[in-house]
Amino acid sequence: MSIRDKVIAIIAEQAVLEPSDVTMDSTLESLGIDSLGLVESIFAIEEEFDITIPFNANEPDKSDFDITNVAAIVAGIEKLTAEKT
Amino acid sequence: MKRVVITGAGSINALGHSAPDTMEAMREGRCGIGELEFRDVDRLAIKIGGQVRGFEAEGRFNRQQMTLYDRFTQFTLTAAKEAIAQSGIEFHGDMSARSGVVLGTAGGGVSTWDDNYRSVYEDGKNRVHPFVVPKLMNNAAASHVSMEYNLKGPSFTVSTACASSNHAMALAFQMVRSGAAPAMLTGGSESMLCFGGVKAWEGLRVMSKDACRPFSANRNGMVQGEGAGIFVFEDYDHAKNRGADILCEVAGFAMSSDASDIVMPSKQGAARAMAGALADAGINASDVGYVNAHGTGTAANDKTECAAVADVFGPHADNLMISSTKSMHGHLIGGTGAVELLACIMALRDGVIAPTIGYEEPDPECALDVVPNEARDANVDVVLSNAFAFGGLNAVLALRKV
Repeated sequence: MSIRDKVIAIIAEQAVLEPSDVTMDSTLESLGIDSLGLVESIFAIEEEFDITIPFNANEPDKSDFDITNVAAIVAGIEKLTAEKT
Repeated sequence: MKRVVITGAGSINALGHSAPDTMEAMREGRCGIGELEFRDVDRLAIKIGGQVRGFEAEGRFNRQQMTLYDRFTQFTLTAAKEAIAQSGIEFHGDMSARSGVVLGTAGGGVSTWDDNYRSVYEDGKNRVHPFVVPKLMNNAAASHVSMEYNLKGPSFTVSTACASSNHAMALAFQMVRSGAAPAMLTGGSESMLCFGGVKAWEGLRVMSKDACRPFSANRNGMVQGEGAGIFVFEDYDHAKNRGADILCEVAGFAMSSDASDIVMPSKQGAARAMAGALADAGINASDVGYVNAHGTGTAANDKTECAAVADVFGPHADNLMISSTKSMHGHLIGGTGAVELLACIMALRDGVIAPTIGYEEPDPECALDVVPNEARDANVDVVLSNAFAFGGLNAVLALRKV
């Protein structure tokens, strides 16, 4: 499974949707994921890819990790996994 | 209904090992937050906290006591000793039979859990010390205080996360006010600054890595602290008759439940608790000079709290002072309201308002007089102390000068 498909699967599970309902331009808000759901999604992503995502719920916009939409999240994870190797 | 006054105060926290030392540090706007020191701290992402330093259990407690006292109990007993000594109160006969102790803690013996889980899971041991349970239980501190001071009346522990101490003190107040108890020991204690305690908080991603800056636009989360605050709440007539030095009066309280979200605060819930405390005390909103804020330094709490204050006080919100001393001692979770009550006592008794330190940038969503960075001399007659817990459980106390 590609990074993209894994991320979509994680987000779909969090949003209680089918992966086919999650598109690259979906925002977490549009999928009905609230602040707790976001923190849980980030945890699940960290566990899946064995990475640490610099995310502070108090300043989501200031984080280097862009959560604007699914595409931005996938790009961020690709960067972090590349840095790891 | 009896009037209720505070005749003794004791504390230990990152700012000092006594109530006067703590108040002096608050006056000076000193910061007790620094690098954490304990086993495995290098495995944490959050490495700062308001840790109590230079506190050695050896010498204070004997060997048998040490096997029974978790750090949160040690803090409690240290603060209780100071409060009782200041108050000069004695518990014999009927006084002893009817007086009790109500304390708040969120986690109880967290480091006892942590040490013993490590021992059985990580070190593979199959045996733990026989007193693990009596050491870690949430009521251990209240029970040891009752034994130490012969308090045989209503005694128990309240656990409502960050509002535990305020709920506990509100209950103790109610018991003295109703005449059920002539005096109560009350307050709270917390000691979560160990690997497991901080690791759990880290997971929520609301902790700051550098500082607690309540109400400042660049705030980025809470910082944990540890310690205890213990007070003697006493029937006014009883205190007067024995010539006790009265620190201030506890005038009223209110509790409310948001019934909405397990972590996000609610403006309505907070406002109902503040308005309720004023109504219970029979105090006009315009008489309040200072509010000791819950002020955690998270994005969500501080703006919600300021909006609630604006709702309750209307135009008077611009006249009153509101500060968060968590910026100095950190967030003591279940013990926080107790240590923060010292700022209320200092405001009423000494006419000094503790500052919100670490304040760097105004936030339009927190546009109140937050007493930035430096303490201020002011004559105030009535103050409120706010505590708003995870789980949406709120408790606010109203205090006034005697």
